[in-house]
Amino acid sequence: MFGKGASSSKSMEIIGSEKKFSVLIVDDDPIIRKIHGALVSKFTTEIQEVKNGKEAVDLCRSGASFDIIFIDKKMPIMNGLEATKELRAMGVNSTIVGVTSCDLSSERNDFIAAGQNQCYEKPLTIEKIKSLLSELNKNN
Amino acid sequence: MDRNHLKRQVDLMKRSLFDQGYLDEQFIQLEELQDDDNPNFVEEIVTLFFNDSARLLQNIEQALVSVPIDFARLDNYMHQFKGSSSSIGAKRVKNECTRFKEYCTAGNAEGCFRTFVQVKQEHAILRTKLETYFQAYISFMCVFVLVIFALTYICLLFCLYLFSWQDKLDHLGLQEVKLDDYMDEGGSLIIDLYYKYDKAHMIE
Repeated sequence: MFGKGASSSKSMEIIGSEKKFSVLIVDDDPIIRKIHGALVSKFTTEIQEVKNGKEAVDLCRSGASFDIIFIDKKMPIMNGLEATKELRAMGVNSTIVGVTSCDLSSERNDFIAAGQNQCYEKPLTIEKIKSLLSELNKNN
Repeated sequence: MDRNHLKRQVDLMKRSLFDQGYLDEQFIQLEELQDDDNPNFVEEIVTLFFNDSARLLQNIEQALVSVPIDFARLDNYMHQFKGSSSSIGAKRVKNECTRFKEYCTAGNAEGCFRTFVQVKQEHAILRTKLETYFQAYISFMCVFVLVIFALTYICLLFCLYLFSWQDKLDHLGLQEVKLDDYMDEGGSLIIDLYYKYDKAHMIE
């Protein structure tokens, strides 16, 4: 009736062995943070969440580092594009993935210009994350 | 009300929510995230949505009655609400949000007012339907858990009764009759033990 969740061990095969990777989820919507947190937890246990771009920048500035940063575009205080530019200027070379509820085709150029590696339409799905991780595996 | 009937009822309710367009594929994605570590994940997300959306709807309402109407702010609030609605698969609510945003972009206050009534209506209907659905699901799960416990208890009693035969057989000097010897052979265990016990009893 309710589907069974993907097992963590099967999902970890995607990134090979039991290598852990760290993820930062940046979104002002608590529902999206919870959903994306649950999605990403199928692949790793090292997850942090913040509510806007400024908190993400402050966190990275304090010394925290992440393999992947999922960042929303529209957020109060500092939006995803501004935060991405700031992070790249700081020398943060994490994989930054933009997520947006707007039309992706019109947003893609903005995301790439800001310095993001990839962008997806909200909400993320297990398939999108698997595809992203496979791509990262190939590149690494 | 038996378990199968409850399960059918829950499945029918869920199918109807999809068939009538209240929910879309995203709800199934949420179900796939539900597992032993997060057994109530879907209900938690839906509860979070309805709690948070009350705040967003209030913001929109206030922005609609302000003079003059700040359409940019209104669009921003509705963008947030639409995003939340999408995240739980609230299809009809999301569609009304899209219509609202179109009127907002066009600066059409009357259109915004009219559509906002529809947004709130769809939101309220979905809330009622999902509350009913989760109540039925919880009832089914309670019955399901009770049945599992009952079956486990019966099996345990049966095993205890079965192993008590070993003591009786030992007492009658039938040490060669060991339950373990029969375990791999299955089915005829009960009948074999009965005849051996009965025969030994008659000899005594």
